[in-house]
Amino acid sequence: MSIYTEFKDKMPAYLLEEVKKKVPDNISDKRLKAILERIADEYKKTKVEPGECVGIVAAESIGEPGTQMTLNTFHFAGVAEMNVTMGLPRIIEILDAKKTLSSPMTEIFIKKSVANEKNVREYAIRIVERTLESAIDSIEINITGQRIDLQLKSDKLKDYGLTKGQIIKLLTKNLKGVTVKEKDDIITVSLKTKENLINDLYTYKEKIKGMYISGVKGLKQVLPVRKDDEYMILASGLNLREILELDFVDSERTRSNDIYEIKEVLGIEAARQAIINEVFKVIEAQGLNVDIRHIKLVADTMCQTGEIKGITRFGVVNQKASVLARASFETPIKHVIEASLLGERDELTSVVENVMINQPIPVGTGLPGLITKVK
Amino acid sequence: MTEVYLNGIYAGEVEDANEFIQQLRNERRKGILSNNINFKYKENEDGIYVESSPGRARRPLVIVKDGKSSLTDAHIKQLQKNELTWKDLVEQGVLEYIDAGEEESTMIALREEDITPEHTHVEISPMLMLGLCTSLVPFSEYCPSSRINGGSKNQKQALGFYIANYPIRMDMDVSLLNSPQKPIVQTIMHDISEYNKHPSGQNVVVAIMSYKGYNMDDSVIINQGSIQRGYGRSTYYRPAVAEQLRYSGGLVDEIGIPDKDVKGYKSEKDYRLLEDDGIISSETTVSEDDVLIGKTSPPRFLSSMDEYNLAVNLRRESSISMKHGEKGVIDFVLVTENSEGNKQVQVRIRETKIPEIGDKFTSRYGQKGVIGLIVPHQDMPFSSSGMIPDLIFSPHGIPSRMTVAHLLESVAGKVGALSGRYIDGTVFDGEKEFDLRDELLRHGFRENGTELMYNGITGEAFEVKVFIGSQYYMKLKHMVSNKMHSRARGPIQLLTRQPTEGRAKEGGLRLGEMEKDTFVAHGASLLLKERFDSDRTILPVCEGSGLLAVHDTFRNKKFSQILGEGAEINDIEMSYAFKLFLDELKSLGIYPKLVLKNKY
Repeated sequence: MSIYTEFKDKMPAYLLEEVKKKVPDNISDKRLKAILERIADEYKKTKVEPGECVGIVAAESIGEPGTQMTLNTFHFAGVAEMNVTMGLPRIIEILDAKKTLSSPMTEIFIKKSVANEKNVREYAIRIVERTLESAIDSIEINITGQRIDLQLKSDKLKDYGLTKGQIIKLLTKNLKGVTVKEKDDIITVSLKTKENLINDLYTYKEKIKGMYISGVKGLKQVLPVRKDDEYMILASGLNLREILELDFVDSERTRSNDIYEIKEVLGIEAARQAIINEVFKVIEAQGLNVDIRHIKLVADTMCQTGEIKGITRFGVVNQKASVLARASFETPIKHVIEASLLGERDELTSVVENVMINQPIPVGTGLPGLITKVK
Repeated sequence: MTEVYLNGIYAGEVEDANEFIQQLRNERRKGILSNNINFKYKENEDGIYVESSPGRARRPLVIVKDGKSSLTDAHIKQLQKNELTWKDLVEQGVLEYIDAGEEESTMIALREEDITPEHTHVEISPMLMLGLCTSLVPFSEYCPSSRINGGSKNQKQALGFYIANYPIRMDMDVSLLNSPQKPIVQTIMHDISEYNKHPSGQNVVVAIMSYKGYNMDDSVIINQGSIQRGYGRSTYYRPAVAEQLRYSGGLVDEIGIPDKDVKGYKSEKDYRLLEDDGIISSETTVSEDDVLIGKTSPPRFLSSMDEYNLAVNLRRESSISMKHGEKGVIDFVLVTENSEGNKQVQVRIRETKIPEIGDKFTSRYGQKGVIGLIVPHQDMPFSSSGMIPDLIFSPHGIPSRMTVAHLLESVAGKVGALSGRYIDGTVFDGEKEFDLRDELLRHGFRENGTELMYNGITGEAFEVKVFIGSQYYMKLKHMVSNKMHSRARGPIQLLTRQPTEGRAKEGGLRLGEMEKDTFVAHGASLLLKERFDSDRTILPVCEGSGLLAVHDTFRNKKFSQILGEGAEINDIEMSYAFKLFLDELKSLGIYPKLVLKNKY
């Protein structure tokens, strides 16, 4: 054991654990030490050197293959499938930290104990957002009776696990100023105020049609799929918070592709991982080869404040300390004027500022300085 | 009732639309109505649109009657004997012009054999689907459309005999091929467009092989012997123009040899070629910096004070001279007047351009490439019959591009050269590959166009047979001598003190944003600083105020404009662009205070 503790500071703990597991029990101390020394050496080599410009290297490493990416939106073949934004538009969406996505999607994993084809289909039907319209057989405005008559499809209601009584309750709860009655299979909705009657009837008709009755709000479309010997549900739309509360959902693996939603529901660390996963997914799908550490660095930068900051002039760039650096990236006048109003001071500690005034940049060979004072 | 519109304006109604259309058509074909009229019946709108307005694109088609083309062999014979003209055919109702609207209601057969009773018209020739330039590509049915497209574009850039009155024209930036040839492999369009009277290429012997590796990546190897015999030689013309402009206050430019006390006087050597009238004479050899037209202009800013000031009242030198790196011979001198009545002098410079490494050549199939090597005649590979190729093309250019016509032209050209005739390569109707191969075989060559060839340096036979034939190659107007450019030191911009941009101004090549990033990524901090030293300046900065101070070189004293002479002033190195930035901030009313610190 003592040999392992000796190397505790020279490599991360998980590497030591791995060595412990893989090495035979009866290994001699001398050989173990040799192995560990070699590993420590290799580990040291993979470390970034002081002064290495990791940001620029990450930018170039993502940017250069990015030029080869197709601008096409990726389409799945088939009719019932969903279109997902992939390629460059998706990367831009993630890195700019756009609030609204062009194709919001949730991947819902099912708990292994209940995951079979029949169940998954049933779950899928259950979670999709339903409005009353889909269960309505007929809806009419009865002008002589000054009311709205509607008839429901009883088989559909059964599918949704609802009864007529529940619908009536929902109607009375959601619509204000109406009385709802049931008579011979027909539900009648009549208004309490008679002013503007015809207009109101029309607006209420639309309201009734659009009323939410069952499922998870926001999930517009669902698709049970089989992925790697496992049944899961792909849903277009977002509502992670409610989905995770469903009893059949495997809350450890279920995720959406909205970084902001993940941040709200699961926290900033999850959001960071989501950025990495989503960017890497696109890059992988394009058949490009980018080291994941570059993406990790970008994700770290975006999340380090605890809020998600896009790589835009409102996000990460706005965080820069240097006035000159901010001014050199879009809207210079705004930054210069603001800086002059506040009396900001530029310490010239980063790259862009020093390029501007033609001084050696403080990276690489420009980083070390003389300790001895020149007289 | 069907509504009738004439040129889009309501004209009236007719009872039976089809009958009316039929009547219009018959009367137009009989010549009762003008043949400039087109009409169309739109069934969904139940409206007839008659068009006679100018500016419609129309094309001629042969009328089909009862499943038979109305253009008969009798017509063709009469045409050949000149007893009949095109106009007669139109008047007789054999041909008619159809516009885009009327075309909707027609059924057009591509060839006479394809005609069925349903057809209303037949194309005069299937070749008409192609434009002028594309029709000039022989055997184009053997090529992917993209290559034909490229080939057509390349032909427009080819040097040739583009105009016959070139000696009296002052065209800018044009070249003439010194010895253009008619192509051996032609299409019918070469005759129709009289291409043979102004060709723009030369027939060369092309071997498809690699040799010394200098024809990689779309480059070609050229035989020096061919060049010395005049292949690809062209003449480049460029005019220089000077005008005697009139300025306010009765001042005027003056064309003549400038006096020595003129502001910006070059040197006597530069003016040595000028005649007494300040204009160079024709057939003078000139090189860079030589003055072509001597000219002086009045001083630029003339204030009322200057009129009494003798020292400032100097004229400016504004001569037209040869630019950096240019040479040539004065071809033509013209003294004339411009539209405002000012004296105008035009001088045309001529330069013979001999093919050199980097000049661009192309076949007619988008197979363009630059010269990679010029091989001495004696080192070129030769065939067993002693044929030496003029040009060696790389075989790697063929499989991915699939320009089969390129190979077919080579065989056809070989046949044409051996038989002493022109080969017809018209699209769809050209001579057949089988016949060409057969003819080649009868001349005693391999029918597939390959020949046994020998290494020109060692004399050894190549193990493989080499595909060799005759092709029409064109020299394109992009020549290195007009493009190559380098700079070590040179002119700088007045405002930013950074190097000028562009070849014409002997500019530098910009190390841009992304290039900068690569230096940063390498951590090459000091190298990056050196690359950006082009506008380096050392300026005195007042430590107290943080603003730029003034250095009075006359008294060799530095003083701050705010704190005066006693202020502590240090010289600071920075880019001139940054100094400008500071000035601009100051003009905005912002105080950019520099805080100085010792780096060490």
